[in-house]
Amino acid sequence: MVTVTNLKKTYGNFTAVDGISFDVQKGEIFGFLGPNGAGKTSTINMMIGLARPTAGEITISGIDVRRYPKKAQAIMGIVPDDSNLYNEMDGFDNLCFCAALYGMKREERESKAQQLLERFRLKEAGKRPFKAYSKGMRRKLTIAAALIHSPQILFLDEPTTGIDVESSRQIREMIVELKRQGATIFLTTHYIEEAERICDRIAFIKEGKIVASGSLPELMHSVSHGYAVRLVTDKSAQSLTGELQNRFKGSKVTIGQEHSVVIASSKRIVLLPVMEFFHEKGIEVYEAKELRPSLEDVFVKLTGIESSVLRKEKGGKR
Amino acid sequence: MKSWIAFWNILKKDIKNYYLKPPNISRGIIFPLSWTLMQLIRSPDKNVLQLLPGLMAMSVLFGTTSMLAVTITFERSGRSFERLLLAPISLNVMVLAKMAGTVLFGVFNAFVPVVFASFFIDLSFAHWAVVLPAVLMIAITSALMGLLIAVSAEQVFEAQTLSNFFRFPMLFLCGLFVPIASLPVFLRPLSYLLPLTYGVDILKGAIVGMNAFSPALSFGALAFFAAGLFFVCRRQINRRWIL
Repeated sequence: MVTVTNLKKTYGNFTAVDGISFDVQKGEIFGFLGPNGAGKTSTINMMIGLARPTAGEITISGIDVRRYPKKAQAIMGIVPDDSNLYNEMDGFDNLCFCAALYGMKREERESKAQQLLERFRLKEAGKRPFKAYSKGMRRKLTIAAALIHSPQILFLDEPTTGIDVESSRQIREMIVELKRQGATIFLTTHYIEEAERICDRIAFIKEGKIVASGSLPELMHSVSHGYAVRLVTDKSAQSLTGELQNRFKGSKVTIGQEHSVVIASSKRIVLLPVMEFFHEKGIEVYEAKELRPSLEDVFVKLTGIESSVLRKEKGGKR
Repeated sequence: MKSWIAFWNILKKDIKNYYLKPPNISRGIIFPLSWTLMQLIRSPDKNVLQLLPGLMAMSVLFGTTSMLAVTITFERSGRSFERLLLAPISLNVMVLAKMAGTVLFGVFNAFVPVVFASFFIDLSFAHWAVVLPAVLMIAITSALMGLLIAVSAEQVFEAQTLSNFFRFPMLFLCGLFVPIASLPVFLRPLSYLLPLTYGVDILKGAIVGMNAFSPALSFGALAFFAAGLFFVCRRQINRRWIL
């Protein structure tokens, strides 16, 4: 659906995007994750034809965006990081105006605007001026405006930044619902949890370069080279450490706080023998959980950027 | 057809959002009326007819240059202009649609003094078939100057300042208040480089029969300025708005 090859953007001596390549498959949600100034918005601006690449290629549905930006824009829906609708116009008129920009006829644009207002739970606010909308409503209407012409691909730049928790949740649900209906979505975010929750594939961008990309399991596998299980018992297993290591050869046993035991191994750990061991020793096991690295761990390891840096930017943790 | 739908809706939106707002309607009426009264009080011996070309030209100039510059800069600062840049319509269609509203506003402004004057004098002998295209051409060139300002300005106040920076020298150099022949020799070439000079000359010829150039030459010059300004604006838009 989207192919980006050796894309580069420089502003004077500053390189905002440094020869990145990636592709977005049809029907997937592709997340672009990175801190402020990493090159996310520059990349999206080049992809939507709002900025000219210094070098590289972008094709969307086989259309060369550099050569035919207007043709490409006809199949895109674009939601910028800040709502860009008209404050003076009401919600319904804003949607109709956006539809007119895509050459839609009056009856078609009015019926589509009504449908979208209902779908985004904004029907009541349809006749209110856009300037009277809350931030969450503004963002929802901006997404609705991007969908008015039924685009093949939707670009979302920081869709949940700076809005309330409930609106963020609704927007994430909408994004997932759009994917279910077959839409292809490219989104930039600096919320790791958001990317983890809704994206099929993710690329980490840092200082204009993609440092890693892939599906969640692929990314996690790239930093984790083993397996670990954490058990919570009714009493301390400190005295059994040596015996445990003997029984489960090649594993490393660590006794943690509050009667917890972590068994790490290069192979996947089968739980039944472990449970039987504790049962033999008269120790009850209350909880057993496989420990996996989170996307946050992966991000920190691959980019060297603490996730707290991301949270501090634009509105904190969700 | 699709471009036409977009063009018409941008024009309609601008007229509704900007030009039909009470402050702009009153400005479009009050400014030309005030200028007419000022001129009449200052030179009571001059007849209204002689004042009319100048008043019409001033009304168009003031009505168009700042309006387009301000509305575009306003939309750019609020980012709604981005929506037009991202629409699948050519930049030419978008620019022409934005200009169309301003041009109509300028033409409306130009005829306020005419309506006022019609209460005092008989205007039937003026060549309206020449006046109307002349007003239109003045409005187009002035709107393009406003567009050039909009491309250069980042904030609304910058657009307003730049508009005045262009407009006031133009008024004094275009032969409206001081005949070009009476200007210092070193300033005269500047007068011939201003589209307003030719617009005012056509109006003077069509209303009071006192033109210095032939109407064909003046219309040609206005068309040349319009094409040149449009070319420069398009180049600047490509360079400054699509980064």
